[in-house]
Amino acid sequence: MLRIACPWCGARDETEFGYGGEAHVALPADAAQLSDAAWAEYLFMRSNPKGRHRERWVHTHGCRRWFNVVRDTTTERIFAVYLAGSPPAQLPDEPA
Amino acid sequence: MLAIIAAPAAGSIDLNRYSIFALARNALSRHENWPRAWRSPEPRRSYDVVIVGGGGHGLATAYYLAREHGIRNVAVLERGLIGLGNSGRNTTIVRSNYLWDASAHLYEHSLRLWEQLAGTLNFNVMFSQRGVLNLAHNPHDLRELARRVNANRLNGIDSEIVSTAQVKRLAPALDCDPRARYPVLGASLQRRGGTARHDALVWGYARAADAAGVDIIQNCEVTAIRQKDRRVVGVETTRGVIDASKVGVVVAGHASVLAAMAEIRLPIESHPLQALVSEPIKPVLDTVVMSNAVHVYVSQSDKGELVVGAGIDPYTSYSQRGSFPVIEATVSALVALFPSFGRLKLMRQWAGIVDVCPDASPIISKTPVRGLYFNCGWGTGGFKATPGSGHVFAHTIARDEPHPLATPFALERFTTGALVDEHGAAAVAH
Ligand SMILES: Cc1cc2nc3c(=O)[nH]c(=O)nc-3n(C[C@H](O)[C@H](O)[C@H](O)COP(=O)(O)OP(=O)(O)OC[C@H]3O[C@@H](n4cnc5c(N)ncnc54)[C@H](O)[C@@H]3O)c2cc1C
Ligand SMILES: [Zn+2]
Repeated sequence: MLRIACPWCGARDETEFGYGGEAHVALPADAAQLSDAAWAEYLFMRSNPKGRHRERWVHTHGCRRWFNVVRDTTTERIFAVYLAGSPPAQLPDEPA
Repeated sequence: MLAIIAAPAAGSIDLNRYSIFALARNALSRHENWPRAWRSPEPRRSYDVVIVGGGGHGLATAYYLAREHGIRNVAVLERGLIGLGNSGRNTTIVRSNYLWDASAHLYEHSLRLWEQLAGTLNFNVMFSQRGVLNLAHNPHDLRELARRVNANRLNGIDSEIVSTAQVKRLAPALDCDPRARYPVLGASLQRRGGTARHDALVWGYARAADAAGVDIIQNCEVTAIRQKDRRVVGVETTRGVIDASKVGVVVAGHASVLAAMAEIRLPIESHPLQALVSEPIKPVLDTVVMSNAVHVYVSQSDKGELVVGAGIDPYTSYSQRGSFPVIEATVSALVALFPSFGRLKLMRQWAGIVDVCPDASPIISKTPVRGLYFNCGWGTGGFKATPGSGHVFAHTIARDEPHPLATPFALERFTTGALVDEHGAAAVAH
């Protein structure tokens, strides 16, 4: 069972949240001009790392707000929680 | 050494062949002198083809490369021990009742190979065609199943709709009371579907591939893919560099990790998929029962344990653990369907890491790197496909062009948009 700290409501059980997949996959600004390959990249391709993953969660059974989390996909440890719309969180031990 | 691996001369008795006579002969020495089923060779410096991943799919690929394409200078490189990935963690359901033509043909190809497999491999894979039921709990479920059954029949796949009364006869322990929490309005049934022994499939292909000359190299993790001008030239491993002009990657949940080594992006996310087994009991269920609507399926193993499965855990992970809420949901759905199972203890729980594709269909494909092939994305349902997947992937590697059955499953479909959406047939039912 994950315990996830919602930025607004504090630490709650995983069952209160919905998962939104990889964070920072931005809708391309020039969507109408995109090549098929660029669309495929946006819609389908994911980094799916073994290790730290920046991902989106939504507090479905709470405040219903989206936010981002840095989680290690090998240990399930959560390193950081940060607001949706902000740049990818840098952890102290990571190169800037 | 050579003499041991060489094929026996025509007319001679192959002492390594499993048969009733071998069983009797070995009984005389208390079954202590059975030969090893495959060798443990040191890796050579180079091979014609290297297969990365010693699960069922990788071993089957190597077997068909050797047997059907005459390519015997092949190594299967496995990070740990063979069959300890999803091949040894799944709930062994085999069926071919997929919706779209492309998938129906691929899975049916596999099912036909299953029907001959014990003989082909000279290994009892314990394939038991006990039938697979998919339950309908509301009129929409029933219409959805009818659509799939009709599609199956047009593709020549045995599939039928059965009534509540028939379901009750097939699975008497199932609660078919109309007032039940999840009333059973009927089901689809594929009689040729069923279960098999997961380890036996791995061991059977390993033994047969080894006998055909394939080197199975365990405890050998691939750490880099070597290329020159976007052409593969070999791999780096924890047991040294191995040259090969063709590399086939079949690593299930680790597909994205291997793809990153070759700067390839995949549309795959890795999720835990859990399963549970109960204490062994007397025969109570001689078919497979699945319910897409309540996310649970169950069969009974030959040992008497109920084998129970679920849908994936929602978040990506490589931890092979899985989370408790999924177990809770699975078990509550199970006891709602089979009230008497509420008295059983669960003995074991585990997870495998499955490689999920956006359209719930596999990727069997060439890649932007010449000589590098990927077979992945089987997600929650690739055990049944092991023989067919190995068969068409071997063809794809040997000829450097996709097997006709594999063509719709190339990586390009994510660019062209020609997805093969099998969520109805594959999302919860495995
Ligand atoms: C709980 C569960 C239930 C399931 N139930 C069913 C079912 O009922 N029916 C069905 O059809 N399917 C089912 N599946 C899916 C099925 O198990 C898989 O699709 C199938 O077994 C995949 O086989 P594979 O050989 O591709 O993968 P695996 O058996 O996982 O083999 C991949 C191998 O690659 C190795 N590897 C990874 N990285 C490296 C590296 N860098 N170097 C070398 N080796 C590496 C791994 O160690 C592993 O042994 C289930 C899966 C799970 C987890
Ligand atoms: Zn909240």
